[in-house]
Amino acid sequence: MRGQEARDQAERKAVMATLAQSSGDDIVRLWNEAGLPSDAELLRGPETGLVTVRGRIGGGGAPFNVGEATVTRATVRLPSGQVGHCYALGRDKQKAKLAAIADALWQDPACRAEVETGLIAPLRSALTTTHERRRAETAATKVDFFTMVRGED
Amino acid sequence: MYVAVKGGEAAIANAHSLLADRRRGDRSVPALRLDQIVEQLALGVDRVMSEGSLYDRELAALAIVQARGDMIEAIFLVRAYRTTLPRFGYTKPIDTAAMLVERRVSATYKDLPGGQLLGPTFDYTHRLLDPELAAGADVAEPLQRETEAQAMPRVSAILAREGLIEPDGDMPQDHVPGDITREPLEFPMARDIRLQALSRGDEGFLLALGYSTQRGYARNHPFVGEIRIGEVELELDVPELPFAVPLGTVRITECQMVNQFKGSAKAPPQFTRGYGLVFGQSERKAMAMALCDRALRASELGEDVVAAAQDEEFVISHSDNVQATGFVEHLKLPHYVDFQAELDLVRRMRAEYDARENPAKAEEKREAAE
Repeated sequence: MRGQEARDQAERKAVMATLAQSSGDDIVRLWNEAGLPSDAELLRGPETGLVTVRGRIGGGGAPFNVGEATVTRATVRLPSGQVGHCYALGRDKQKAKLAAIADALWQDPACRAEVETGLIAPLRSALTTTHERRRAETAATKVDFFTMVRGED
Repeated sequence: MYVAVKGGEAAIANAHSLLADRRRGDRSVPALRLDQIVEQLALGVDRVMSEGSLYDRELAALAIVQARGDMIEAIFLVRAYRTTLPRFGYTKPIDTAAMLVERRVSATYKDLPGGQLLGPTFDYTHRLLDPELAAGADVAEPLQRETEAQAMPRVSAILAREGLIEPDGDMPQDHVPGDITREPLEFPMARDIRLQALSRGDEGFLLALGYSTQRGYARNHPFVGEIRIGEVELELDVPELPFAVPLGTVRITECQMVNQFKGSAKAPPQFTRGYGLVFGQSERKAMAMALCDRALRASELGEDVVAAAQDEEFVISHSDNVQATGFVEHLKLPHYVDFQAELDLVRRMRAEYDARENPAKAEEKREAAE
């Protein structure tokens, strides 16, 4: 795979990860604020199904099935012909549809900047803030050990 | 002659509307919202997700309300719902070393990379009921501490450097992970299938079995190598995309139990391991699962199978509380015809017994009856 293509794929995956982790409410709100176009033909879904979550024995060994999780997916085609996909945990169909449209718009060089600044960047920054806060709250519960000296010298 | 009996339609319908009424309770008390349950009864929600084997907080919360707080009934509802959905596939195995950690403790190493993070734990609380909570007092924001993001390798990886602990459990190269939701249970079973069954197993049942190993029924000297709780990302391979699609994050609890092992004909003296991995924040369950996983490896490690916790068929066949409650609770459903047949049989046996033991009395009885 050429370097540029690999970079594009990694960026697109990161955009999909941001959308999947964000709440449907946040996506709808930013979508409306940014005035992003929501014209799209639904090719599939939005539909809810299951994925089976896998872990590894001992953390790093052979895979095993842990249990299932609900996932909602959608595939859309924009009037320009660009196709976009979404798979996200949960049962939010509106979110899946908008995230699929966002994926399609992002792939179009003419729309990418608008999607990035209006939707992806604010979502990403909100997620980073949440993660940083949670990390700092957990860090406050870190045990600092100290040694007790008993008796005189 | 057998005559089919029908009835109870109106009684059943009325019982269900009475159930709906009692579920709602006093109408002057506000109805619970699902987000209140998700936020404030989070560990109950986690238990329903773990034993219902379905990660979806809102559905678990709905199940808890619908079941009036009866956890096994809620788990039953979630299991039933699962069967109505199509399956999109199997995720890539999660990487617990890449977790956004919310709690991480080790009982074996004081100073380990990443440190001991207590997180939101009940440990070290005094277990005194809190009247302020009853009065609905405001709760302060938690403290924060600035920190560099630090790698948190699993403790098993640290012990492995010395070569004194067995590696993570491997399966043969071409082994496809078994799936108890697709194939019936067969014994003996591979460890991957056992772990799937344990992860959805009843917390109380696994806790009791784990406890039994500590009390001497299959003693295996456990230490908590590590417990970690936090969020991990899920990814799914799909045909329409050239990369694994990220699905979002789930919260899980992982327990690495480290067990002393004096060695056997099959393995040298070393630390062996039991593994627990469950949905949500459920460390009691993860620990119990790890104890049971280790006990169930008795044959693999050349130990004598002498206790209940080591008996795979016993443990795995009885760990599912939906199956267990189904079979126990069906006893209350009408068995009129079965019982009629039994009654007839016992009457006949009793008559034969009386005739044999006390012929005079039996004759008297027979005559009185006539």
